[in-house]
Amino acid sequence: MGFFTDTSICIGCKACEVACKEWNQLEGNPPTFTADSFDNTGQLDAQNWRHVQFIEQVPDNNGVVFNPTPIAGGQAWLMMSDVCKHCKNASCMEVCPTNALMRTEYDTVYLQKDVCNGCRNCIAACPYGVIGFNEEQGVAQKCTLCYDRLQGGLQPACAKACPTESIKFGYIDDLHKVADDRLANLQKQGYAKAQLYGRDDKVYGGLNAFFLLMDKPEVYKLPNAENATLPTRNNVPGYVGGVATAVVGLIAGLLAFRSGRMSANNDDTTAPR
Amino acid sequence: MPPAEHFAAPPEWTWWILGYFFFGGLAGGSYALGTLLRFAGGPRQESAARIAFIASFIALIPCPIFLTVDLGQPLRFWHMLVDTSNGGIVFRPESPLSLGVWALLVFGAFSFVSFLGAIAGVGWFRATNPIARVLRGGAGLVWSAIGTVFGLFICGYTGVVLAVSNQPVWSDSGWVLGGMLLASALTGSAALLLLFAGSRRDVDADTTVRLETADRYFVILEAVLIALFLVSIAIAGTLNKVLGVWIVLWIVVIVGLAAPFLASRVRQWPSVAAPILALLGVLALRALVIFSAQT
Repeated sequence: MGFFTDTSICIGCKACEVACKEWNQLEGNPPTFTADSFDNTGQLDAQNWRHVQFIEQVPDNNGVVFNPTPIAGGQAWLMMSDVCKHCKNASCMEVCPTNALMRTEYDTVYLQKDVCNGCRNCIAACPYGVIGFNEEQGVAQKCTLCYDRLQGGLQPACAKACPTESIKFGYIDDLHKVADDRLANLQKQGYAKAQLYGRDDKVYGGLNAFFLLMDKPEVYKLPNAENATLPTRNNVPGYVGGVATAVVGLIAGLLAFRSGRMSANNDDTTAPR
Repeated sequence: MPPAEHFAAPPEWTWWILGYFFFGGLAGGSYALGTLLRFAGGPRQESAARIAFIASFIALIPCPIFLTVDLGQPLRFWHMLVDTSNGGIVFRPESPLSLGVWALLVFGAFSFVSFLGAIAGVGWFRATNPIARVLRGGAGLVWSAIGTVFGLFICGYTGVVLAVSNQPVWSDSGWVLGGMLLASALTGSAALLLLFAGSRRDVDADTTVRLETADRYFVILEAVLIALFLVSIAIAGTLNKVLGVWIVLWIVVIVGLAAPFLASRVRQWPSVAAPILALLGVLALRALVIFSAQT
């Protein structure tokens, strides 16, 4: 099971954020000043399991558009309801030392609050900045894909609340078909940069929460396929580098101290008996 | 090669982790030097070897405390060892953090026994004399050699923990970070032993000279790895993360690296100056790596 989030029809209403917080009893963070942005939650974290991201590429007071897009005359006001991707190859699961992160029967990634001890290694590993640390509870937290609702035969709260059906929930194969059709339709309309993210296995083996984007993934703060790398890629090289250094260090130490043994022996042989 | 993209959130590993990296490195490095001094050095180096084993265990004591206090749920520290969801032990070789916890546990046993032998050797606690006798023989060599493997692992795996992530700088440094922290731990441990050796009459001048020589070798190794670290993050496009205000810490690192070489040339320096500067450099390097990536 999973999500297909079609950003082309997201209107930034944040109903998903509200529904998520309400169902999961998340208090939310204290408000912070975000200048003239419509984004008032800022990022995904322990209190924001859904976050409506606003990419506000609109002209400044001088009429200049920074990072212009090829659509809408260089201007864009993109919105994306971001969420845990429930990666098929999940970085967080790779590094978790307590097995608090587990794969559910729905193929989603679930963080067991009662097992997590708050080491925060999963936060370091998640390439999407999805997981946050709950200071009050002392554990990491993230979207559960409404595991409790799924068990009750309900769809996740965010998908249920989305008024434009930008967030679609269902079986992954069905969602892939819907996404492919929508992409073909958009491309026919001339949206050349429209693309699916996480639909295939190029990004973390495929995402159970995948997206239709209107621009490059980087614009939405998503690593492209080239940069979507698993933490464990550095495991073997890291240890090999450590072993090589240890060997050189031990040889250096032997060279420094060995002569001590030789000089001690010399002292013994030359000393009067 | 286009620069690496990073959208990961920082794990907020700060002072406790810095403390752990510092003392863990000294514990593992001192143990390795103790082994080398005892089995590669001569009888003259035995006093220094005992100091190394004592220093190793004392430096190790705060490590599990720091690691536990850093947890969001300190009372669940044992979840690192026992699988509370599936039962049995939790041992995950693909997670450097999991491997490190087990290695710390095992190394703790080695360090403690060697500590008992060492304190008997210096006459602080005669009850453990039999341990001291065993550790000076062939069995002791095997024991210390195995302990050294775990000790060196403690020195270096911390770098692998950082590298096995999606954080800027840490994950960009690939294979270098583990080795760099290990070499730095050896430098710091040699400096620590020099610091203690200066205050003890039973460590002769010959041993001090050899420790200084080893220290300089380790500094060269560390400097090479720091250079490789900078090259690797420059290639990834994240070099700017360790510059700016972090230049202050780089200066401390450079002074620490230069100190063992300058010590013999600057006559006015007290004997403790070079080791203290070297230890500050070791601490600064860890602070740099830990904090710069998360800002």
